[in-house]
Amino acid sequence: MSLLEIRNLKITYPDRHGEFTAVRDLSLSLERGEVLGIVGESGAGKSTVGNAIMGLLQSPGRISAGEIEFDGIRLDTLGEEAMRQLRGKRVAMIFQDPMTSLNPLLTIEDQLVETIELHLKMDASSARKRAVELLDQVGIADADMRITQYPHEFSGGMRQRVVIALALCAEPDLVIADEPTTALDVSIQAQILELLKRLCRDRDMGMILVTHDMGVISETADRVAVMCRGELVELGSTQQITQNPKEEYTKILIAAVPPSNKRIERFVRVEQDAKIKLESKHSNDVLTDYWDRLSGSGSENGASREGRLDQPILKVQGLNKIFSSRSGFLAAKGADTHAVKDVSFEVMAGETFGIVGESGSGKSTISRLITGIHPLTSGTIEYDGIDISRKSSDRDEMRRRRQIQMIFQDPFSSLNPRMRVGDIICEPMLVNNLVKSRAEAMNIAEALIGMVELDADATRRFPHAFSGGQRQRISIARALASKPRFLICDEPTSALDVSIQAQILNLLKDLQSKLGLTLLFISHDLPVIRQMCDRIAVMRLGEIVELAPAENIFTTAQHTYTQDLIAAMPRFEQA
Amino acid sequence: MERFRTFLASDFFYAFKRAPVAIVSFCIAAFMILTAILAPLIAPTNPFDPSTLNLMNGFTAPFSKNDFTGDHFLLGTDDQGRDVFSTILYGLRISLFVGFSAVLFAMVLGVSLGLLAAMTGGRTDAIIMRIADVQLSFPAILIAMLVFGIAKGITPPELRNEVAVWVLIISIGLADWVQFARVVRGAAMVERQKEYVEAAMLIGRGRVAIALKHILPNILASVLVIATISLALAIITEATLSFLGVGAPPTQPSLGTLIRIGQGFLFSGEWWILLFPALTLLMLALSVNLLGDWLRNTLNPKMEK
Repeated sequence: MSLLEIRNLKITYPDRHGEFTAVRDLSLSLERGEVLGIVGESGAGKSTVGNAIMGLLQSPGRISAGEIEFDGIRLDTLGEEAMRQLRGKRVAMIFQDPMTSLNPLLTIEDQLVETIELHLKMDASSARKRAVELLDQVGIADADMRITQYPHEFSGGMRQRVVIALALCAEPDLVIADEPTTALDVSIQAQILELLKRLCRDRDMGMILVTHDMGVISETADRVAVMCRGELVELGSTQQITQNPKEEYTKILIAAVPPSNKRIERFVRVEQDAKIKLESKHSNDVLTDYWDRLSGSGSENGASREGRLDQPILKVQGLNKIFSSRSGFLAAKGADTHAVKDVSFEVMAGETFGIVGESGSGKSTISRLITGIHPLTSGTIEYDGIDISRKSSDRDEMRRRRQIQMIFQDPFSSLNPRMRVGDIICEPMLVNNLVKSRAEAMNIAEALIGMVELDADATRRFPHAFSGGQRQRISIARALASKPRFLICDEPTSALDVSIQAQILNLLKDLQSKLGLTLLFISHDLPVIRQMCDRIAVMRLGEIVELAPAENIFTTAQHTYTQDLIAAMPRFEQA
Repeated sequence: MERFRTFLASDFFYAFKRAPVAIVSFCIAAFMILTAILAPLIAPTNPFDPSTLNLMNGFTAPFSKNDFTGDHFLLGTDDQGRDVFSTILYGLRISLFVGFSAVLFAMVLGVSLGLLAAMTGGRTDAIIMRIADVQLSFPAILIAMLVFGIAKGITPPELRNEVAVWVLIISIGLADWVQFARVVRGAAMVERQKEYVEAAMLIGRGRVAIALKHILPNILASVLVIATISLALAIITEATLSFLGVGAPPTQPSLGTLIRIGQGFLFSGEWWILLFPALTLLMLALSVNLLGDWLRNTLNPKMEK
């Protein structure tokens, strides 16, 4: 008999518009010692399955049909009290965010020992011994000392180890890991996945690994279940799913993952909404006229990509940024943060320059310094031969600065929720007097919306009516409205599903060749960077440790940190 | 019309339909506001027109006939023979006018200062917020009395009664702006971190435009909640001031003034002169307060999902 058996599971959420089915007719089984990966895009219902097994479905969600059987016990009909007995003891869960899943007011010892005493009926001293043993097993050095510390004294990766130790302390038979490494940097992700896999094998327990990341799945899972909109699309061995998928959806999903081993020109197009009208002839004319006029009146024209690759458009020299924690007078002075240390680089016109680094490496700060959102501490930034690092009242110069635009990381906070999409896109044109009338601006906005492959009637709606990928397209349209020559993309796809990510990356590539844009592409995701960039700067703790053409970084990295990063990146290779 | 239909289909209206407390308090508050506006049309007599008063009608008990004149008064009369029901309608008018105006004043002042503090930061922020802190350590009623006293001192005696209501509005407004400033500052600082504000900066929007066009619309919900709760507070503050005799003058009595007049007759048995204005004040303040509570819970961003 299997450890876990799910038969024809259906989970529904009743709401005011009727009933929403989150999971439909799902059947799965899991053996001891096996890692089953559940993969799918957001809204696929993969986390809902995990929560249903734990009996943690959020109200008003409920299991409306089907059975969940765990080691002979029917979980779906089990009462809350009996479920509570199982939870933590025989079925455990690892959550996504290690920053919030530990109680910050208790030491690690308090949290671990309490759980062990409760579940294993041990006395305090042997429980503590067991806790130290566990921490040791999940790879925390000097466990005997560190157990007395508070969660804030641990780094993100270390905390996730503690969370795993906490999940394992009662020796559960089944562990559900819901995106266990999504909040972590790549180098730590690899260690945690290795640890989970080893623990599963050694302790003969079953694990369900819920993730959106094909790379994580292919490295860790034995079998994979692919879910889409609440339904099981395909179930098979990891080898079969990643190398030889049968279903169309799985193929699409896999084609959208940026391969880590080579550079491809374009992602295979995933056509999800056939209704989207590709740019009509008329809208193209409107845009061309508008852009031509801007080029004529403003600075010189952005020439073709090939002609200008050898000329630097952006020169950054000796850039420093220190964030002072002192705020206002009468406030206490705290420690300063040196976010960017003596950074110098040049970006050539028409190229895609990548900055890669882990969280806290200062890569986003650099984008804020170039755009002037934060003032810099020292150094110079030259754009097109003009120093833009100081505030200026010169109108012509300010207009030049408008040529630097940005696409932001979080599509949910980068659009003003109280403005219609049309107004959002019109704003840059109206504010800078680039057009004569509102009507003209609206015309151009519709053309831009067509260019980023959205329906023209999108301009009349508010941002909340759009998905993350669509919002990112709107954000791109807004950036293009003032005809930028230099576009900064700060993690433009890290909040998006892979298939959407592929669409956005394709769109950016198309726009770049069509408009002769220069891109500064910032990301923590090495495979994505590899697909997009001509040259790459690797950052660590505010400094550039290596700067080289993209292929060299991946094949013959010089710096040990770069080598480590590349070794830790999840492998997902395409033939 | 289309806007109205979107409103009817909105989650907000849906939540409203399912909250009996909100519906009842909304109806009571709306009814009282309406009767206050229409007071000159509804009130059986004009209690401030001396020619209509008949001293013989004094101290008529509610729901009964006057022994001398045979006139009938719904809620009785006071010592001068004024119809209590009519004085309440006119008093409600003054109370609501003062309440709404004071909140409007406090809101404009508080929102501007709060936005200014959040957008500039540093020294300006520190100074504004320290003033707010200092003011919070006095009871609001004390501040209002202080302002009222100063204003009374500097206005010429012959104008005092005419400007009394305006002085009342300004003193209550000055006592109440702190709530708005604090909430607006906090909310604006959260909004300021969002990427759409950075996008607006990149476009070339100035700070004032960002504050008014981008940030303000996104924090209006919290301002609305504070405004509703402040309305109840302002009405009560006004009543308290008037009860203490420093508020609305007897020639323009508010509910508070009526209660002050009425309490003198309580122990001589004419209870209705006190009770009915007090009940009206209670119902008004309670319904506005409950509405404010419900609004706060419904517009809470955590519950918006």
